[in-house]
Amino acid sequence: MNTENGVPQFAICILEEQTQLTLADLCGACAVHAERIVELVDAGVLEPLGREPSRWRFGGASLHRARMALRLQRDLDIDLAGAALALELLDEIESLRARLRAMGGEY
Amino acid sequence: MEFKDYYKIMGVARDATQDEIKRSYRKLARKYHPDISKEADAEARFKELGEAYEVLKDAEKRAAYDQLGTNWKGGQEFRPPPDWNTGFEFSGGGFSGGDAADYSDFFASLFGRDFRAGGAGRAQPHAKGEDHHAKVLIDLEDTYQSATHTITLRVPGVDAQGHVITRERVLNVTIPKGIREGQHIRLSGQGSAGMGEGQAGDLYLQVEFRAHPLYRVDGRDLYLDLPVAPWEAALGATVKVPTLGGIVELKIPEGSGSGRKLRLKGRGIPGDPPGDCYVILAIALPPADTEAARDVYRKMAQELNFNPRAKMGV
Repeated sequence: MNTENGVPQFAICILEEQTQLTLADLCGACAVHAERIVELVDAGVLEPLGREPSRWRFGGASLHRARMALRLQRDLDIDLAGAALALELLDEIESLRARLRAMGGEY
Repeated sequence: MEFKDYYKIMGVARDATQDEIKRSYRKLARKYHPDISKEADAEARFKELGEAYEVLKDAEKRAAYDQLGTNWKGGQEFRPPPDWNTGFEFSGGGFSGGDAADYSDFFASLFGRDFRAGGAGRAQPHAKGEDHHAKVLIDLEDTYQSATHTITLRVPGVDAQGHVITRERVLNVTIPKGIREGQHIRLSGQGSAGMGEGQAGDLYLQVEFRAHPLYRVDGRDLYLDLPVAPWEAALGATVKVPTLGGIVELKIPEGSGSGRKLRLKGRGIPGDPPGDCYVILAIALPPADTEAARDVYRKMAQELNFNPRAKMGV
């Protein structure tokens, strides 16, 4: 850790690109038991590399995705399939918004 | 402190049934959920809604709240009546969410605070500290060259008297080159301290870009509307174009029309591979504000047999 003007300064990484997470990492970061993450994989919300759970490697983007799926289930009282559907629709809205932005639209 | 009109927040009448309250809460929760809504104040609205529901869904708390009377307006200066809390016993606090720390002072003055509901409840001897999440707004230019940002985080905590306070925490963060909108940067060990020998949590910052006066962003690609003179578009020309990395020269092919998209390969946000910069031509007309300029337009009208609406059959 360096300090500049007495303020701590950090070397950091881009989660989505420079990070791979194990099942244990993801459980820790989401503060849930492994069963909840396995459910998310079974529902196709997360797509890890590797065959069995002990070898799973998740891309950094999985962290945000898993947290969103868990939050949506908890806050909106919906089941996993509902949360998975919501995530897919949100992805689609986001890509449409990005296209609209690139064309000079409002979003 | 400000009075909170929970019925108004929930969008129901004071005599609403518990079913009506539940329905309204579910509908509004879907609307204002911070993962779904793009509105800037969605998070605040969602928290307010959660607080209102916490009170109205619970018969005891609702009855106590109703006892304050109907003369209060949302936002009005409020002090709890001196005899408040006599005759009410709230069974077990009953805060459902882990977000009780987010409830307003108004809520706390009526129902107290119960932090046992929070993450501390599952205190293991060496538990890892909580992760923190925040957003950071940067300029598009910051992704081209690593830039150090001073970020001020507001960290909620509890003081010795049990009051909720907000501490400011200042960090210098070097934004990694090539980061894209919506991505997260992780600062290991910069979340809450762990219990005992437990590791500290991490700090995650979600990156958002400020709107840029020139470029629109799609992933790593940039889009730029480039005004060109009619003769540049018609005859072809080499013109200067501003990119993130500095000014470059772009060859405009002759006979280009408005809306033509030209690609400056690798001139978008850096990365492997880097994004591209798409230049969209916009033909700008010189103003006909002098006699000489008007003469040029008149001459074009005479010399060029041009009907821009020919395809419309008129």
